[in-house]
Order: sequence, then structure tokens, then C-alpha cells
Amino acid sequence: MIIDHPLLGPRDSSEFTYLGDASLIDRPDPAGEDASSDFYDYAYLRDNPAGWHKELWFHEAGDRSWLVVTRNTVTHEISKVELASDVARAQGRSK
Amino acid sequence: MSQKNRIEGGQINRDKVLNFTFDGKRYSGNAGDTLASALLANGVRLMGRSFKYHRPRGPLTAGSEEPNALVQLRSGALQEPNTRATTAELFDGLSATSQNRLGTLSFDLLAVNDRLSNFLTAGFYYKTFMWPKAFWEKLYEPVIRRAAGLGSLSLKDDPDVYDKGFLHCDLLVVGAGPAGLMAALTAARSGADVILADEDFAMGGRLNSETLTIGNEAGADWAAATVAELASLPNVRLMPRTTVIGAFDHGIYGAVERMNDHLAVPQSGKPRQILWRIYTKKAVLAAGAIERPIAFANNDRPGVMTASALRSYANRFGVAVDRRAVIFTNNDDGYRSAADLHAKGIRVTVVDPRADVSVLKDYEVLSGAQVIDTMGRLGLTFVKIRLADGEERTIECGALGVSGGWNPNVHLTCHQRGRPRWDDGLAAFVPADLPAGMRVAGAAAGDLSTAGALAGGARAAQEALELDGAMPPLPEAEDAPVNITPFWYVKGDGRAWLDQQNDVTVKDVRLSHQEGFRSVEHLKRYTTLGMATDQGKTANMGGLAVMAELAGKAIPEVGTTIFRPPYTPVAIGALAGRHRGTEFHPTRLTPSHVWAKEQGAVFVEVGNWMRAQYFPRSGEENWLDTVNREVLATRNSVGVCDVTTLGKVDVQGADAADFLNMIYCNGFAKLAVGKVRYGLMLREDGIALDDGTAARLAEDHFVVTTTTANALPVYRHMEFVRQCLVPDMDVQLISTTEAWAQYAVAGPNARRVLEQIVDQDISNDAFPFMACGNVTICGGLRARLFRISFSGELAYEIAVPTAYGDALMRRIMEAGAAFDITPYGTEALGVMRIEKGHATGNELNGTTTAANLGMGRMVSTKKDSIGAVLSRREGLNTETDLRAVGVKPVDSVQRVPAGAHLMALEGPVDATRDQGYLTSACYSPNLGHHIALGFLKDGANRLGETMRVVSPLTDEVVTVEICSPHFIDPEGERLRA
Repeated sequence: MIIDHPLLGPRDSSEFTYLGDASLIDRPDPAGEDASSDFYDYAYLRDNPAGWHKELWFHEAGDRSWLVVTRNTVTHEISKVELASDVARAQGRSK
Repeated sequence: MSQKNRIEGGQINRDKVLNFTFDGKRYSGNAGDTLASALLANGVRLMGRSFKYHRPRGPLTAGSEEPNALVQLRSGALQEPNTRATTAELFDGLSATSQNRLGTLSFDLLAVNDRLSNFLTAGFYYKTFMWPKAFWEKLYEPVIRRAAGLGSLSLKDDPDVYDKGFLHCDLLVVGAGPAGLMAALTAARSGADVILADEDFAMGGRLNSETLTIGNEAGADWAAATVAELASLPNVRLMPRTTVIGAFDHGIYGAVERMNDHLAVPQSGKPRQILWRIYTKKAVLAAGAIERPIAFANNDRPGVMTASALRSYANRFGVAVDRRAVIFTNNDDGYRSAADLHAKGIRVTVVDPRADVSVLKDYEVLSGAQVIDTMGRLGLTFVKIRLADGEERTIECGALGVSGGWNPNVHLTCHQRGRPRWDDGLAAFVPADLPAGMRVAGAAAGDLSTAGALAGGARAAQEALELDGAMPPLPEAEDAPVNITPFWYVKGDGRAWLDQQNDVTVKDVRLSHQEGFRSVEHLKRYTTLGMATDQGKTANMGGLAVMAELAGKAIPEVGTTIFRPPYTPVAIGALAGRHRGTEFHPTRLTPSHVWAKEQGAVFVEVGNWMRAQYFPRSGEENWLDTVNREVLATRNSVGVCDVTTLGKVDVQGADAADFLNMIYCNGFAKLAVGKVRYGLMLREDGIALDDGTAARLAEDHFVVTTTTANALPVYRHMEFVRQCLVPDMDVQLISTTEAWAQYAVAGPNARRVLEQIVDQDISNDAFPFMACGNVTICGGLRARLFRISFSGELAYEIAVPTAYGDALMRRIMEAGAAFDITPYGTEALGVMRIEKGHATGNELNGTTTAANLGMGRMVSTKKDSIGAVLSRREGLNTETDLRAVGVKPVDSVQRVPAGAHLMALEGPVDATRDQGYLTSACYSPNLGHHIALGFLKDGANRLGETMRVVSPLTDEVVTVEICSPHFIDPEGERLRA
């Protein structure tokens, strides 16, 4: 597969390490009322869709960016590649 | 020897005679021959024995789809089994031997299997070798393995070199027949970067095997001229002898180029084969079509071939397999074979099951007739025909060409789970869903005429590259329609082969159907149809048709099995490339490696690192003697150890302390500059991830260490937290593991050694336990000093830029000479940390929590950190949780086995009574007996208890006492000294 890195252009997938579902960015609020069950969901429950999936890839043999790759798990088509930090900020994560 | 079947014409070089041997017998051929064509020229049709029944076999085809003519090439370590004689390019001095026989090829003792064929049907193994159970391993399997199979390996190291390479292009064209050449030419003339790959050594595809004309020249001449033009263009890379083996994601294709296989003496310095990864923007598949046979009784004798193979041998190689030939065809292309053979002076009779075909030809045509049987022990001698009127006729001949129609070569179109579509007009599957970026042209697309191929190739290139303008002018060529009446097998009692390589007959398919294997995938597994090295290229279609008929379905309803890469078999060596032996993965050497080698160190692989394991001295009987000496010397005076391999991550920025607070479960915000703190990282699920130290060199600058094994994953995790969870923190990370050489100097005399090296005051007051700082050494070299201790002794870790690592080690040894400083390796390191009760990977094993490790209180409740919330889960905080403990044998001479389980002193031993387990064990030279670390249920409250340690694996039971895991200096006086 080829991943079109937002900063570096198309790179072979062998340069990357795969982590999984990009929902890992949505870490729950540890001070929240339901923190315990929220973290349980966060740590253990993942969607496993046959189709479009947002997932985290790490450019380990490259610039060490974490990327959010929108990939079709059936066809391996990639429709979007974003810097994970941009996605995280857009979702309201800061410090 | 004379080439008795060599006839006029063809593309072989008659001036260049090549001598070769087959099964020790000498023959001659010509440049341009394959091994199969040269043997056929010499009148040799018998080239192998079949897989199961050991039936005599000769080539069925003239290409890479060959199921039968598999031979071993070369000898000794270079021996290559299962090589298709039909693609093996002849060279002078080639030596080939036949395989899968007991005795000689013409008298194979295992041919007795053929007489037993009634018992060796589909599912034979499953039904026969059920019992007695022990017989399978001891008797049945060895015998079956001996009898069945193909070639054998040399069992020696492959001396050949293989390589891997990467190529990029605008357009990859797979196959250099008329469609491929036209596609490449159209693309190349537009200026695009083009790669044209073909598995054959001569480009041109079928044009080399036909008497067709293109424009006003012979097809082969047009091909040669086109190849010459392509070769002259700088934007074209021609890759003959290159098989495109797979179509992978995003336009990436795999290809194997054979560099040396056709040479008697390989070109020096060149790899035998190269596995290419070709990155394409677009691709045109012009892989042609494969003629399929028709099944009838005894259709597997040497001399029975596809009709187009007979044609190829005659037209391209100048070989008449026999001067008398029969063509059995259900389609008009068979007549092209007949006409070509007839033109070469071969006497031909066509047998056509269609009732309405014209018999007005220059050769005999039997309309409405079928071949019902053949004869000839080691090769075809007679063909038995049932005529339209039911009469039978026998023709004496040595060559029978069979044409059941042509299958477009859809293989690569299906590598991404695309399924082909049935085409009634061709009675064949044609490509349907294509991988992104791929177009198909020519016979592979179902365009079986030459004009169709030329036009299809040009169009595919134009569309792929989005070229403007009209189609380029195309030369004139034949445009004959396909005229076929599907005909798959001749009904009768004899055995009619569908898959010749795996010996699957029509009867086997019928039997599997009767036994309920109705899915095409089940049929395949049960009968092994199409599971041989040829992947059923000539077999699958017939099998599907028979199955469809039995099930009363149409062929497209039955469907096909899945096509998977590689297209043809690939040598494992090519897949490995240069990653063999010591080059299987990179080897990382520590800065003190050269020095350690001089000391005679024994090294151990730790990940990719080579670390000194111990430093034996003469007079020491075994490694344990050495390790004991190293431990005692360190504890009694001073030792030095290379700890460079531990991961180091530089953490800088205004929010660096907050960041560490996030990744470590314990607090770091209040750590003073110039101090080091032990840190424990958890995973988000509350399980321990890794541990290490963080040294605060400045308000906004920390150096974090990780364990050697986790250097990469921990760095990855830290970057994940930084980029994905706290993207606005002002913090930057960089791995500096390789940038600093780091040595531990440990033991009561450690300070006295380092005082001679470090320029600053390192007295206990100036530089107490857990101090750190930037220092200079040897009068000015910048260095980092950490007062940390893994061994439990007064110890420092000193780091210098890697380039000075070797010099620093030598300087330390010099300064330590007065104290008899002792280098120690990973074994002594391990013993000392077990004596001290320090956890490492054995304890942080992916199942243990901070509480298990006895560090539950470290998990701060005053701040958020990764894993903090889930570490407080009820299930991880029960009274009977495992706790880290030490273990010592009651009888001090006994060994305590690591990995063993803790059980009560009395009672049965089983998993339900498991109380815990041991993670690390060693002999402690300081205590004079074995010790171990482990986890015990409620262990913290059970110190002093006597238990059993049970190791069913090593059959050991040892009575032990539970104790504190801190065997040495539990108060930590030594390290604060």
C-alpha cells in the first residue's frame, strides 16, 4: 500500500507501523462521572468495520508523525490522510 | 546426437549448437531452444512421472502453464527442483535430471501405483489412513512422502545471491505479445515512462509461435522490429525473463527477473534473480490466453499436448514432435494448428466433435468424431477415434494436439478478489472487476484475434495515460472470429485426466460430487484439483465444467476458485533477497564492542543488539564461574558494564514535566533539576508497560530511559501521547539511544574510579544518590552523569557522545586498574538485579500491574496519567492479587527453576491450586544459594511461609521459603554510600 503523507507525499506502507482504530484519540475525561466505564469502552471496545475505517499509522521509518488514515478495509483504498495532531486538535484536544 | 525431429524454420540459431544432458545422456540443441523443445527435437517425449500414479509424462504445453515436464536443473548445491522444461532456456553444458521416480524414468518402480489407481482416488488419504493412529506418523506418512511428490531439495545452502529492487513507471505492460507491444509502443511514443515485462526470454508472445502476418511482414519480424524501437527509447525499460507474479494494492506489482538462470556460468557479481517491487501509475495486462485441453481416456501420454504447443514447437522451435499428428479440437483455432503442421510437411488428421464442420481442407477432417483412447507405454503410439457413425478407427501417430478453446489469462485481474465473468461466445471466463489502475488488452481481455490484440493494446495505453488524439494507425492483421462449441470431456470408462500434475481425473470429480463436495472450493481441496505448482492453469476449467454438469448448473453458477499470487512459483531465495543468515536483520554494535571483543567477551543477541554476555578468563570452567566472579568483584570493589542499549529519549519543552506526568503513573512535576527519579509507565488498561528513569537536566529538559527491548515501542507510545492526546503541549521528543555511549560503573570503589575522570566534584555531598547533571570529563569533554544503580551498589552511569565511547571505556579501565575493575556482562547484570529485587521484562511481562509489582502506591491519584483510571479497577485490586516476592530454597543446595509455579506445601498439584509463579531465577554468589523472584497471591503478607515450587516441564519440585524480593541491602545503604 501507499500512504500519501500530508507532509512528505506518497510513502510505502512498509515505512509505517499500524496501531488501529483512530478512536484512540478520543481519550475520555478521567475526571468524568463515568470515567471508569468510559475508559473501559476506550481501552477494549473497537469497531471492526468491513469498509471505511479511520485508523492510526505511525511513520516510524520516516518523520515519526502519527497519521489518521481513512482506509477501506475491504479494498484497501485510502481516501484521506491527515496528521493525527490536526485531527486531535479539531476534536478539541489540547494539553 | 542427431536432432531427428528438427525441421526447417523457427527462431532457433542453427549455427549455435548447445550440448546438454538429461538423466546423464548427452544431447544437442540450439540457441533459442527451451529444454523441452531441444528434447523433443531429439525425439525425447518422456520427461517425467506423475505425482501420484507415476504415469509417464511429457510436456503438455510450450509455456509456463506446464503441468508435466518438471525436471531438476543443475546439481549439487545449485540443484533446482520442479523447473518447467518448457520455459528453461537451453544453455551449453546444462544438466537436467528427471524427478519423482524410483529406478529410471522409463522403468519407474513406483508405477505400481498406477495399477492401484482404483484405491488411490479422491480423498484416498482421508479414508484409508485413519487407523491405527500411530501408523500415520511411523508408516503411512513416510511411505506416502517417498512415493508422492515432485523434485527434491539439495539440502545444502543455496550459494546463489538474490536481490530485491524497486522500480517506478507511468505504465507497466505485462506481456509482450501483440497487445503488450502495441500498448508499450503507444505509451512510449507519448513520452511516458514504460516498463514492459515478459516471462519469456524472447519478446513477442504468440507472434513467435505463429505464421501470421502483421502489415506485410511476418508477425515475429514485426515483434522484433517493435522491440528494437522500444529498446531505442530512453523512457522504456524492457524486462524479458521477468514474470509479474502479483498485482498488489495501489498499483504495486511484484515481479521476478531471472538474471543468471539461462547462463552456464553466472555473471559474476550479479544476483541469480531479482524480486522487483514495481510502483505503477497505471498498468496494462496483456498476458495472453492459455489453451485448455479436453479430457479423454489416457489423455496424459507423452506426445499428447495442447494443439497450440504442437504449433509452437513447429513454428518457433523447428520441431516436429512426430511426422504424423492428430488434432482434436472443438474450435476453429485447432485448424490453425492443423494448417501450420500440414505446411511443415506433417501428416495431419483433425478430429472435431462438431457435426457441421467443413471437411474441405488440405488435410483429413473427421467431423462429429471424438478421440476416445490412446495407446503407448512410454509415449503415444496410437489414437483411437469414434467416428460420427459410431465406428471406431485407430490412427498410428506420435503427436496428438488437443484444443478445447482458449482461457484468457485473468490471473492478475483477480489478485484483489476480483471475480472473472463468463463469456458464452468464448466459452471462457474473461476479466470483470479489475484492480484500480489496471486495464486488460488482447487475448487476456478475450480479444483473441491479432487485429483485436493490436487495437486493444493501443486503446488500453491511450486510455490509461489519457492520451489525446485519434488511435494510432494500426498495421493490418488477421481478425478471425472465435468459433467454438464447448466440449470438456469424452464420456467413457477410462481414466480421463483433468489435472495432470496432481493426477486428478474426471472420475475423481464425479466421486467428490457424489460424496457431497458441492462447492468449488471444497472440490479443489478434496480432489487437489488445481493445487499443484501449476495452480491448475490447464486443469481448473475442465474440472469446473465437469462439476457444473454433475450439479446441473451453468459454469458461471459454479464459479471459480480464488486466484492468488504468485502467478508462477517463486524461489524462496528470491523472497528472502539478501536477508539471510547474519543479514536477516540489522546488527547493532555497542560503542564498547571492539574493546569487549579484545577482552574475549562472549556476546548475546538482545533484539538487534550484540551485547557482552560475560567476559571469560582462562581457568574458568564454565560461564557460571565467570559470572560469579564478575558479580563478586563488582560488589566487593568495582565493575563496569555497557548500558548504551537502554533506550534514551530526550524530552524538551516548557511542558516537559507535565508530559512526563502524563506518561508515568508516578509524579514528575516536582522533580528538582539535577535529580533522577524512577518512573513506571502503564498501558491505558492499567498493566505495566515499561520502567526506567527520568533525569531532569534543566527546567525544560529531561532524559528518559527505557528498557532495551522496549526502546522502540515506548518511543512510539510517547509520540502517540504527544501528538494524539496532548497536541498543544510545548514538548518535543527525540530518541538519542545511539547518540550517547553510556556505562554503568558500580561497586564500593566506583567513586574512586570516576573521580579520576570527571572534572567536577562527585563526592557524596556534591553528587548524592539520584543526582544527575551535565559534567565534563578528561579535562573538557562534555558528558552526562547519573547517580543511579541497577545493581544496588554505589553506582554511576556516565554518558558521552558515541564517538568517544570506545575511548571512555578504555579510560575507565585504566582509572580502575588500581581497584582491579572488572567488566561485567548481561548475565552478571541480571544476577545483581535479581539479588536487589529490581524488576525487568520478566516481571513487566504484559500481565502485571503496578500493584502486582509492589508499586501500587506509586500510581498517583492526584493527577491524570495513562493507565491510572483502569489501574483502579476492582478486578485488579483484590485481596488475593499477585504480589512480587522473593523465593529461596529451604535446602540451600537446590536450584529454583524460573517459570515454575508456587503451590501449597501439601495437597494435589493442579492449575486450580496455583498460588503464583517465578519470573526470574539465578544463583547468587553473594548468598551462596539460588534465589528467585516471582509473584504470589497476597504475597506481601506471606513472607516466611514455606511452599512448593513445581515445574512439571522440568519435573522438579523444590521446597522454598517466601521472602522479601530484596535479597541484598534492603535498606539501600550501599547505593547511598
